[in-house]
Amino acid sequence: MPRLVSHPDEVKVVSRRFGRGATNIDRYIELDGYKAVRQAIEKGPEWIIAEMKASNLRGRGGAGFPTGMKWSFVPKQSEKPKYVLVNGDESEPGTCKDHLIFLHDPHAVIEGCIVAGLAVGAKTGFIYLRGEYRYLLTIMEKAIADAYAKGFLGKGIFGSNFDFEIISQTGAGAYEVGEESALMESLEGKRGIPRIRPPFPAVVGLYGGPTVINNAETIASVSHILNMGGEAYAKIGSNRNGGTRLFCISGHAERPGVYELPMGYNLKKMIYEVAGGVRGGRQLKAVVPGGSSTPVLLPSEIDIGMDFDQVGKAGSMLGSGGVVVLDETVCMVEFALRTIQFYQHESCGWCIPCREGTDWLKKTLTRFHAGGGEAKDIDHIQYLAENMLGRTFCPLGDAAAMPTIAFVKKFRQEFEDHLNGKPCPYAKQQELTLA
Amino acid sequence: MADVTLTVDGKTITAPAGTLLLEACRKVGIEIPAFCYYPGLSLQAACRMCLVRIEKMPKLQTACTTQVTEGMIVATDTDEIHQARKAMLELVLANHPLDCPVCDAGGECELQDMTFKYGAGGSQFVEIKNHREEQQWSPVVFFDRPRCILCYRCVRVCNEGMDVAALGIQQRNSGSVIAPNDQTQLDCEQCGMCIDICPVGALTSDTYRYKTRPWEMTHVGTICTHCGDGCKTTLGVRRSDDGMQIVRGDNRDKSGLNGEFLCVKGRYAFDFANNEERLTQPLVRQPNGEFAPVTWEDAIKIVAQKFRVARDDRGGASIGVIGSTRNTNEEAYLLQKVARSAFGTNNIDHHRTTDYVALTRALAGKKHRMASIADAGSAPAIFVLGNDPTEQHPLLAWNLRTNVRHNSARIYLANHRDIKLQRQAKSSIQIPADGYAAFARFLGGEENSVFGEDAKALRDALRNEPSLLIVFGSELRGSAIDALAEFGLSLPDTKFACLGDYVNSRGAADMGLYPDLLPGYVPIEQEGGLRAEYGGRMSQQAGLDVAQMFEAAARNELAVLYVVGDDPAERLGVDADALRNTFVVVQDMFMTATAKLADVVLPTSNLYEKSGTVTNTFGDLQLVKKAADRAGVRSDLELIVRIADTMGEDVHALVPFGKGVRADMGQSRGVQSGEADRHGIWLAAHNLEPKLSPFDPNAVLDEIQRLVPGYNFDRMELLAGTSQHVDADGSGVMEISRFANRPDGAMPSADTLFTSGTLGHYSEKLNEVETFQAKKSMVAAD
Ligand SMILES: Cc1cc2nc3c(=O)[nH]c(=O)nc-3n(C[C@H](O)[C@H](O)[C@H](O)COP(=O)(O)O)c2cc1C
Ligand code: SF4
Ligand code: SF4
Ligand code: SF4
Ligand code: SF4
Ligand code: FES
Repeated sequence: MPRLVSHPDEVKVVSRRFGRGATNIDRYIELDGYKAVRQAIEKGPEWIIAEMKASNLRGRGGAGFPTGMKWSFVPKQSEKPKYVLVNGDESEPGTCKDHLIFLHDPHAVIEGCIVAGLAVGAKTGFIYLRGEYRYLLTIMEKAIADAYAKGFLGKGIFGSNFDFEIISQTGAGAYEVGEESALMESLEGKRGIPRIRPPFPAVVGLYGGPTVINNAETIASVSHILNMGGEAYAKIGSNRNGGTRLFCISGHAERPGVYELPMGYNLKKMIYEVAGGVRGGRQLKAVVPGGSSTPVLLPSEIDIGMDFDQVGKAGSMLGSGGVVVLDETVCMVEFALRTIQFYQHESCGWCIPCREGTDWLKKTLTRFHAGGGEAKDIDHIQYLAENMLGRTFCPLGDAAAMPTIAFVKKFRQEFEDHLNGKPCPYAKQQELTLA
Repeated sequence: MADVTLTVDGKTITAPAGTLLLEACRKVGIEIPAFCYYPGLSLQAACRMCLVRIEKMPKLQTACTTQVTEGMIVATDTDEIHQARKAMLELVLANHPLDCPVCDAGGECELQDMTFKYGAGGSQFVEIKNHREEQQWSPVVFFDRPRCILCYRCVRVCNEGMDVAALGIQQRNSGSVIAPNDQTQLDCEQCGMCIDICPVGALTSDTYRYKTRPWEMTHVGTICTHCGDGCKTTLGVRRSDDGMQIVRGDNRDKSGLNGEFLCVKGRYAFDFANNEERLTQPLVRQPNGEFAPVTWEDAIKIVAQKFRVARDDRGGASIGVIGSTRNTNEEAYLLQKVARSAFGTNNIDHHRTTDYVALTRALAGKKHRMASIADAGSAPAIFVLGNDPTEQHPLLAWNLRTNVRHNSARIYLANHRDIKLQRQAKSSIQIPADGYAAFARFLGGEENSVFGEDAKALRDALRNEPSLLIVFGSELRGSAIDALAEFGLSLPDTKFACLGDYVNSRGAADMGLYPDLLPGYVPIEQEGGLRAEYGGRMSQQAGLDVAQMFEAAARNELAVLYVVGDDPAERLGVDADALRNTFVVVQDMFMTATAKLADVVLPTSNLYEKSGTVTNTFGDLQLVKKAADRAGVRSDLELIVRIADTMGEDVHALVPFGKGVRADMGQSRGVQSGEADRHGIWLAAHNLEPKLSPFDPNAVLDEIQRLVPGYNFDRMELLAGTSQHVDADGSGVMEISRFANRPDGAMPSADTLFTSGTLGHYSEKLNEVETFQAKKSMVAAD
């Protein structure tokens, strides 16, 4: 089991049961578990949605869409069954928070899922785990079985007249099925490619029924919000960004790990105080603020609050909360290549700009990094990425294009340093690091 | 839906709300490039060629998925859009092999055209393109992955259009690849729709690949010679050593009643024309029993003399004539006219595959009750009784599937076996193989314990249909058709169609290849009309049908048997002995079982090598145009005329050609070519007399139009290529009850998707496909 980290600045909401044996359903109940859902049954959907709206909770999957509002889009009446979908596909490089939730607090996901169901009138929930998290499925399934055994799932949950079923499912190893509509295709047993929108999932989703899809962390936050009250939760965070967030700090930090901090927490402080600064006291070269798809920030750009709006203003995105710290030993061309390798590999291949764009970015960057680059390649890399941006079928294309553009714009010198058949000038420095 | 008004490139346009922006733009001539969008198939939004700027939208939007809304402001002609298109093409070309000089699609490739128009003249890419070896998936389908641009049209046309789902997508990213769902080979209907719809040269057909360049072919639109649906096919022909050879069949221009549809036969089974066994010299049996080639003049002289002597010495009734279901209307009409008015015999028949007579009789006097095949694609409800359209009437099946997909049509089936169309049916019941007639009466209200609740429910559902199309197969004949028609006519609005097997089965029937019926189903005894035209030699007595002719021959009562494009010996298992005392003349392409028994064999052209008209089983009259040519053969029309002429008949009385112009017997080939047809259109449009030769089918068509009931169509429309629905409505049929119990003599061919009667035996490709699919189904059954 991964070692848990902590820091005094942390505000433990979602992570408060981490390391406290809450996979055991009785222990979970002891730790205030399955309280919120009983209250929700009692007070009804309007109340739930009002609390969720008041909480200013914004989706933790990456796009930061207000959760309460999303739930309110689901039509009250529907011919087809409605569904709740928990997105546990967590695959964005630099992101490893949902993993901890499933590992330490699976019942929080179940409870949030039931509440979401009550809020929108769904009777079935699906928990979709990333293919590589197959080992977490055992934990999740045990938790589901325990909840059924206690009458928390199934017919007439908690003695009420509500029914709710939960089914768990794993992916088959594709980042793209984290995208909500591709996830639905995958769950339906089809090839993991996105769907045309509109219609949006809230209207036509899984099996054609209205569907609420939320990130696992979003869902795990729900019971806490109802327990403490939406407004109280909102107050923890910053303006229009309620509550806390699990930040996954990785890379060249002294104390990497997952920390739960209030929304809007200063990035610089997060790196230098919470994560103990740059490893070995080296110079900071760059920070990827929200998972590999978010444009890189220069050290001069990191004195910002970590919420969706402030990071957006700084020209990047809060994304999935994966903060990657890069020190002076990193070759940014190689980092760009590594990033594009990922997106090339994970492109579902459906649309031309992403399928071909990532393929050729990878081909070009591979040659370029190996010393075979020409000056015009630098512009061409940027040109390719700019011509993908905003034109692909789903945001994966943007996820590949945006960081690439930022790498070229912000680290053009490093690209130029690779010209004229020179081997990577940063390679030596890296070897030193490793030694 | 209500119209909305929007602005595109500063132009105000209106379109019904809900129209796709791309379609709305195309309607007003604003072209939006598209690879993955394909009218009638599901939306993909995959190629991103159709991106446009819509005001108030942060990103460019795909015009192929965006519906027009009131006040929408769209830009398609800006630098931003030009750049987006160009970049998309650069990307798609990056991994494209650019082997255009040898690619089948070169010259008719959408990628080439787009690149030309939207410009991606250069490339900055220097790395190696991804490569995969070409694969063969079936006897007809090849796949070249590097050329594929992943537009998914093939997958969709197979899934949605064909309801076969033989193709899928495997892998992901730039490794994505179209692949057969059945491992490495296609287990499918081999229709080639996937090849046809491919915008590039990724899918190619065995018959065409690497054969020619598109611009080296002449493209001639004519009608498929196989089943009774009558698809228009555009044949690509090229000069060969001995004529003009067909190298490709498709209908990319989507003209004709079939749109772009063709089945495996229409697309590939033209190769019988090039079969090595093709006869190209007239053959006359020698005293030693062997055939020897003779000149055309000699052959015709021998035949004409035999015919004349038989008629003069033993009477017209000693001559038997069997016509074809694959000849043109003009040939069928002329054959029966010559038989009746020159040979003086009513012993004329053809291979009947269904009972058109009964339907005509049942609908006598009713107007507009016969459906066009287009109705199968638009009627709100269709009842298919008997037959297996997927196997026997592929276009009908396509129309029905499309109708269900696009218009949510309701299909009802009653059949004695499981048929694939059940997948689209709203309800479907099984009835005993010998229970069709009883079922027809049951529909009419006759209770019958054989038919249970499901049958009653079906009957109720049919009764509740405000508008119904009833299509039935050869399982129903004679009085069963009367019963079905009576039921149908009791409903508010019903049309009918009866399914015959070959391209001109219906035409042969309409043209009077019957011993007891004149063209238009007019009883032979009926005074006036055709009788008056055909002159005094015509007998008033009904003649013999096919089976009776062979019986008469066996009794030594048939002096001459003239078989024009049919193989009754094969079908009926006639042995040589039966024809011992009969002089047999066979006009055919091949040494068929019947030809083997003949005294004279005259090699003829097939439907692809002649002009004229044919009528599909729904009564849609269409123009046939000469596409191919073969040295050494003559059309049946020409041979019929020349035999009659050599017999001393007045050719002008037989064919109303060029009044006062001398018959130019040597011009047949020229006059029959497409060239002459074009002149014909022009001359006809100017009210001039185009028919210079008695071999001009237009001359015969004049008479058909003048005399055959139901054949009152728009000639100019027909010549321009629009099918004309002929309603042989039986209004000429007077003594209806008299032939109520006439023998129908129908013998359905039981062809499948991969067979086509005798002709099919000579198509190597069709045989290869049949063997391939037979193996597949054996494996599947294991
Ligand atoms: C390529 C791609 C991958 C994604 N992967 C994930 C993921 O692994 N987990 C996740 O919760 N959301 C992922 N998302 C976001 C989802 O589409 C969706 O916005 C999210 O599940 C909504 O939940 P939220 O509102 O709670 O954030 C991904 C989006 C894209 C475009
Ligand atoms: S951008 Fe296109 S190719 Fe890339 S993952 Fe999305 S749909 Fe697939
Ligand atoms: S040939 Fe026809 S049936 Fe076969 S894969 Fe292609 S489209 Fe499908
Ligand atoms: S094979 Fe042709 S039709 Fe099929 S996806 Fe590729 S390019 Fe499109
Ligand atoms: S459906 Fe009939 S007419 Fe059409 S292509 Fe096939 S065989 Fe020919
Ligand atoms: S035509 Fe619109 S995306 Fe392909």
